[in-house]
Amino acid sequence: MHEDPTYLLNFIWFMLLGVLLTGYGVLDGFDLGVGILHPIANSDEERRIILNSIGPLWDGNEVWLVTFAGALFASFPDVYATALSSFYFAIMLILVGLIMRAVSIEFRSKIKTAAWFRFWDWSFFGSSTLVAFLFGFLIGHLFLGLPVGPDFELQRQAWNFTHPYPILTGILAVSTCAMHGSIFLYLKTEGELQSKVHNWIWHTYGTFVVLYIFTTIFTLTKIPSAASNLLRYPWLWSVVLLNVLAVGNIPRTIFLRKPGQAFVSSMVTLSALAALFGIAIFPNLIVSNINPAYSLSIYNAAASQGTLKTMFLIAMIGLPFVFSYTVITYWVFHGKVKLSNYSY
Amino acid sequence: MNLDVVMLSRIQFALTLMFHYIFPPLTIGLGVFMVIIEAIWIKTGDASYKAMSLFWTKLFAINFALGVATGIVMEFQFGTNWATYSRYVGDIFGSALAAEAIFAFFLESGFLAVLVFGWDRVKPKTHFFATCMVALGAIFSSIWITVANSWQQTPSGYRIVRTMQGFYRAEVTDFWQMVFNPSMVHRVLHVWLGAFILGALFALSIGSYYLLKNKHTIFAQRTVKISLIYAAVCSITMLVSGHFQADAVAKNQPVKLAALEGHYTTGSGGTPLYICGWPSDKDKDVKCGLFVPGGLSFLVYQDFNKPVAGLDKVPAEDRPPVWLTFQSYHLMVALGMAFIGMTMLGLLFLKLGTLYKQRWLLWIYVLSVLGGYAANEGGWIAAEVGRQPWVVYGLLRTKDGVSKAIGPEHVIGSMILFGIVYTFLFFVWVWVMNHRIQLGPPETAKVAAEHAEQAATTMKKDPFAVIAGLLKRGPSSLSDSWRDSPPEHVEKTEDAK
Repeated sequence: MHEDPTYLLNFIWFMLLGVLLTGYGVLDGFDLGVGILHPIANSDEERRIILNSIGPLWDGNEVWLVTFAGALFASFPDVYATALSSFYFAIMLILVGLIMRAVSIEFRSKIKTAAWFRFWDWSFFGSSTLVAFLFGFLIGHLFLGLPVGPDFELQRQAWNFTHPYPILTGILAVSTCAMHGSIFLYLKTEGELQSKVHNWIWHTYGTFVVLYIFTTIFTLTKIPSAASNLLRYPWLWSVVLLNVLAVGNIPRTIFLRKPGQAFVSSMVTLSALAALFGIAIFPNLIVSNINPAYSLSIYNAAASQGTLKTMFLIAMIGLPFVFSYTVITYWVFHGKVKLSNYSY
Repeated sequence: MNLDVVMLSRIQFALTLMFHYIFPPLTIGLGVFMVIIEAIWIKTGDASYKAMSLFWTKLFAINFALGVATGIVMEFQFGTNWATYSRYVGDIFGSALAAEAIFAFFLESGFLAVLVFGWDRVKPKTHFFATCMVALGAIFSSIWITVANSWQQTPSGYRIVRTMQGFYRAEVTDFWQMVFNPSMVHRVLHVWLGAFILGALFALSIGSYYLLKNKHTIFAQRTVKISLIYAAVCSITMLVSGHFQADAVAKNQPVKLAALEGHYTTGSGGTPLYICGWPSDKDKDVKCGLFVPGGLSFLVYQDFNKPVAGLDKVPAEDRPPVWLTFQSYHLMVALGMAFIGMTMLGLLFLKLGTLYKQRWLLWIYVLSVLGGYAANEGGWIAAEVGRQPWVVYGLLRTKDGVSKAIGPEHVIGSMILFGIVYTFLFFVWVWVMNHRIQLGPPETAKVAAEHAEQAATTMKKDPFAVIAGLLKRGPSSLSDSWRDSPPEHVEKTEDAK
């Protein structure tokens, strides 16, 4: 790591992108999870309650992704260009998934026939699962590194696209979202449905823990470089500790029936996962597995210092507004889901 | 036509963008219309205006969701298909996109939730505030994206730098000069007016349809009246904006102007202004054209005899395709003129008190919304095709902006994927919108009864009421608003602690 103060803005932007990605993961994570769990509901009323738990929120959550992509484009244009053109089909499928999710939520209630409901229910489930899987899949590939040449372009013929590791991280992402979503639903539901959700959490949580342990072993044995920053900066182990504590706190709070605390723990778990990903790749954003010198780092792939500075000012002016809108929306829609005329 | 990655990516970008652009101008224009309707409701307290607001909100929400979903596709396509372009302009274009997300999208999406789902959760004035914020967010968003696009048309406030990897790229030297680039102000105004007209025609079309079918008469008459005035004011203003816009193109992008007007050869003497025609690259002339002699010279130089520069002033490889640019531009202009004519006529009948009986005019209004869409799309086709062969005017050619890491098979694959999904969505969208329109607005009596019922509960979740409570009674006021209805929930809320 270059401890060069002239590159402070590059570091700040690495952290800000981390904040945006974490924001997206923590927020859209639960609504993707809600989509993944949606088919488990038994009646139309239950399905509507589940859908409406994220009804007013999913759109704002997705804006975090849009902002992340815009900020990545502005602060590290080469990373944006290399990543998106390399993962061409995966990105296209994510886009189709996000579109189908949006319209499933929006269209389901508009025409009231059983076939219409069934179609959009399955489309909601399928697209949510696909999007969660693909995000995990991309992160797995970023852990492995890409065959990027000295011109920052992918050498596609040298790419093992079907390596098992990204598939594992994809499944882990689905189970993480499912766990996060089930805890969110526990917070938003009541009565019989809530006791049902309470049961689901044990399943989603169990699956998550098993997959997480398995992925960690796989990562440490196959990609030892992922731990190099941890060895270099021992204080970073506090993130690992926080992660373990948060994961451990989930079953305790679920057992004690404290959904609020459980949800916070789950949010901390997702944030810690995002932080560990950042720690694993820092100071690179895309690691070249041909030659480490070809990697796209926060220094060689960044926008000009002038733009980093302007963007930093824009972020400092904008983020307080973003947080206040988020707080207002979540405040207005806090509490248990009640179906009304305005619901989906 | 050579179907390489460049051509395929251009087709894909154009089609996905045109599909996307069905939705944002409508939500921008309809947003303002909804602010007007809800303002009348707040002012008069007349529940029939609330019923109107509820109806438009539902239609707005459907289009908004599609706008968001198809918009994300655009944001990612710069990277997937135009990676070299993205490396070149990231410093500038990326900033504008990021600013759009931070300043506009969060505002829109946050308050959209209150607008659509918050009727029974916040006070009417807070709801009205949310509606205003959504409309404002949509307008902000159009500013930033037009800034980015205008910079591509008329770059300024930048320098070209060579990076460590040996790429050239544009870097910002003056942020405000980049934002207020020479074409930006007129283009933003033009985009807004186009969107407002579409929003107005959309409402006008539905109102006229109800009048023709003798349904929801009060709703329909009011809608037609308000949207007709809205459309008329914007159409007239558009004439002024269009003039300034064309003037700016003449000054900043003379080659584009020549393509818009099908002006191949400079010649001597006045340049004609074509009303319509059929440009032919082979003959380097417009066939079967209807034109005003010296008209273009007059518009550009206020002199009927001074020749305007034609396409022959630049080398062949710098000339944009003429036919498509010409036709889409002329379609837009013709539709703009038609909107002025039909709204003026409507205002006349409104003054005479016979507007609601002019069935033939109402039928034109029903169909006019299609013209609104066509004019918006046509204007953008003219602007973007006329910019060719450059992706950044004078700096980077479109063919040099494409991704190097993808092949034709990638683009063909994604085009098939989007082709299927978008065709399907288009039909579902039409079906759902039609279903909503056939259902009509909710009954006023029902809305009034619900409103009275809700008035008692909305206070608790209203953010402004909560802040007022905090100021007046301190933190203890929060405990009231945290509970929905104490008796049945006490147990569970305590669980949560």
